[in-house]
Amino acid sequence: MSQVLDTPPPTDTGTPTATGTPAPAKTTAETPAQLAARHGLTVSGARPSLGAYVRQLWARRHFITAFATAKLTAQYSQAKLGQIWQIANPLLNAAVYYFIFGVLMGTKHGVPDYVPFLVTGVFVWTFTQSSIMAGTRAISGSLGLVRALHFPRASLPVSYCLQQLQQLLFSMAALAVILLAFGVPVTLSWLLIVPALALQFVFNAGVAMVMARIGAKTPDISQLMPFVLRTWMYASGVMFSIDRILANRDLPYAVHLFLEYNPAALYIDLMRFALIDSFEGGQLPHHVWAAAAGWALLAGVGGFIYFWKAEETYGRG
Amino acid sequence: MADTNTLPGTRRDTPGTTDAPAPTAEHEHVPAVGDEPVPTVVVDGVDIVYRVNGTGAGRGSATAALNRMLRRKKSERAAGVRTVHAVRNVSFTAYRGEAIGLIGTNGSGKSTLLKAVAGLLPVENGRIYTDGQPSLLGVNAALMNDLTGERNVYLGGLAMGMSREQVRERYQEIVDFSGINEKGDFITLPMRTYSSGMAARLRFSIAAAKDHDVLLIDEALATGDRSFQKRSEARIRELRKHAGTVFLVSHNNKSIRDTCDRVLWLERGELRMDGPTDEVLKEYEKFTGGKK
Repeated sequence: MSQVLDTPPPTDTGTPTATGTPAPAKTTAETPAQLAARHGLTVSGARPSLGAYVRQLWARRHFITAFATAKLTAQYSQAKLGQIWQIANPLLNAAVYYFIFGVLMGTKHGVPDYVPFLVTGVFVWTFTQSSIMAGTRAISGSLGLVRALHFPRASLPVSYCLQQLQQLLFSMAALAVILLAFGVPVTLSWLLIVPALALQFVFNAGVAMVMARIGAKTPDISQLMPFVLRTWMYASGVMFSIDRILANRDLPYAVHLFLEYNPAALYIDLMRFALIDSFEGGQLPHHVWAAAAGWALLAGVGGFIYFWKAEETYGRG
Repeated sequence: MADTNTLPGTRRDTPGTTDAPAPTAEHEHVPAVGDEPVPTVVVDGVDIVYRVNGTGAGRGSATAALNRMLRRKKSERAAGVRTVHAVRNVSFTAYRGEAIGLIGTNGSGKSTLLKAVAGLLPVENGRIYTDGQPSLLGVNAALMNDLTGERNVYLGGLAMGMSREQVRERYQEIVDFSGINEKGDFITLPMRTYSSGMAARLRFSIAAAKDHDVLLIDEALATGDRSFQKRSEARIRELRKHAGTVFLVSHNNKSIRDTCDRVLWLERGELRMDGPTDEVLKEYEKFTGGKK
């Protein structure tokens, strides 16, 4: 009996599998599947139900945060200045933008407080962009981890987005310094940062999960994403005010809607509205919070379900 | 072939089958006996296939890639995808209380099979049924060289599914076991500053900190210096006691002989033999010896 006999080379033709011989008498009628079912064994690596998956993910929340923080800390651990780079990096980044757009080109596009406007846009956009990029590589870049340990795979894209959120918080500290330096007053509306960031995080995580599934199947997508993201950036009013561009053009209504309700543009403008007091509520599209929440919900829930649908396939080479 | 066959190598005399027959109602199927062994892992005609990108003719060269894009052939081979059939139609059943060794020459599919049992690699054909969630002993992939040993203990513990409190409780135990601090306060240094032996010891200590139902060990024994090896063997025995079933992949026939009472021999992805340790090892040694 048994598959002992297939390989051609030496030895063992008919070597009885020793203990195998007496066994069949009792179990001949039973297939492995029946045996497994009788003892309540479950299929290894099967996808859990959506509810169970959410619970598993929640049970791993400490791993998710620890992994994000670890990645963030590891980033600058070789540098002499260490974690100072967390804040120095965005500050330098802002200085470059100030130098190019504020000093060299003097472009203001008629926007008051242009430098705070620009830097806010850049930081908020960077959060979405790097979350999506990190999400694209979340599975394909962590195959070692996926193949060694058992955990709900959604932990990875979520964790990568959390790392980007932590990074953004450092950037926000730098941003506060810049805002104060440019004489933007501190107002109560700064509190709106919290809901705006929460919605943006959910949106980012959702898109990251979609990209993680695609990237796991087709790693090539990570080569393509920078171009998609750059196009998206220019359409999102990072460096100019969409409101003003649209005001003196005669564009079809659909284009208006498309530009104004583009999720990245919404989150950027919400942040500007929260932080910069010369950025008026009138510059925001109608029902902006509802739209921002809608995008977050759509991407968050949709992305999660889409990712979960392929849970058992992650890790295939 | 093996699909229809019944549980090769099934062992009726499994030692340590403490659990008397499972719940009552199920007995009618099998008219038998008081101590029927309880299966923990049932592997049923499993094939595992790896797909590797970018290996077509001309491999990495850009012109070859362009050529492929233009030709647009449907076959996977033409698209530069090669398949590696790592495990072929393997079936066996493991019972509670068994310690099973997996042997075979390099590249025979041992580690791949373990990963599939752990549910980490999808199978192409067949099914693997398990009792609970088998876990692979090893956390290497979760650890980060740029972080201190201390943070890696936490990260590794959490990655294995321990809670924060559990890690905190075990922390001192893990550090003491690893012996990292024997020569000074090294646990607060980044892991990249450790010698390879020290890092291996810490990794093993973290991995062995958790108890498992079905434990899969992939050649984890031969790390560190002699005294650490002794300690880790003792720890493995301890884990075995708590675990229902242990699988051990190793090239060290002695450690297989010490730990396992049943051995599966894989060769080129096929299960070549399945039986008590002595018999299989004898054949295996003849096989490998003859080849030299």
